[in-house]
Amino acid sequence: MIDLVWFQLLSAALFVIGLYGVMARRSAVLIIMSIELMLNAVNINLIAAASHMEGIGRFSNFDGQLIAIFIITVAAAEVGLALAIILRMFRNRSTVNVDEINLMKW
Amino acid sequence: MAWLVFILLAVLTIGGALGVVLTRNVVHAALALLVSLVAVAGVYLVLFAEFLALVQVLIYGGAIIIVLLFAIMLTRGSEYPRISDNKQWPLAAIASLAFLGVLVPSFLINSVEGTEAQNASFSGIGESLFTTWAVPFEIASLVLLVALIGAIIIARSDDDEAQSDDREEGN
Repeated sequence: MIDLVWFQLLSAALFVIGLYGVMARRSAVLIIMSIELMLNAVNINLIAAASHMEGIGRFSNFDGQLIAIFIITVAAAEVGLALAIILRMFRNRSTVNVDEINLMKW
Repeated sequence: MAWLVFILLAVLTIGGALGVVLTRNVVHAALALLVSLVAVAGVYLVLFAEFLALVQVLIYGGAIIIVLLFAIMLTRGSEYPRISDNKQWPLAAIASLAFLGVLVPSFLINSVEGTEAQNASFSGIGESLFTTWAVPFEIASLVLLVALIGAIIIARSDDDEAQSDDREEGN
């Protein structure tokens, strides 16, 4: 049987890759994709803990899965809103590169 | 057998994620993200979370990838076939690896003795959702409503606004 720690290591690797993407990419669309990767890493961690720790502690298997469902919901809302902001940004500045959106930079 | 499936899914997940952050083509990045997300759905199946796997394929594989492809299509600039990274990407790589260096030992040192992976029934999830998690569920629906109305208002073009203003003045 696969131990909990392997799922945790997988989620750590996925989270770190997403973190690199957020910091290194210039295009706003690619930054959103990297954020999705990080959210997925968190979900893997939650669900692995939920299904491996059933009956240990005061939280049940369902609690972890439901928090993951809420994360997916918020991610969907976030992507929709981010698309709208990116469209507006592209219409005003003709670019989606975040380092060229520097109106408020001191 | 379970190990074989898990290793295959882990390789697909990590490979797709690396494709997202390393490729020079935005459309390829979206497709690599799709591979990674579907592999994560497979990881949920290894963990006996069938409902989550279903939700993952439907929402991430269906909706979110389509929305991202729309974003790519509608904001196509001349730079899209070959995009470039920030100049500080080596620093980003060092920071990410340092964070991995914190995460991995903390997971290894604080490893918990879990039970075997256990199934969560659909009916149990539904019951928990509408009893213990009823208030967060309602708040989540409100969040979705507000976010989508906000998205429509932000993305509406200036022409539409001018038209609706004219109509209001006509009345």
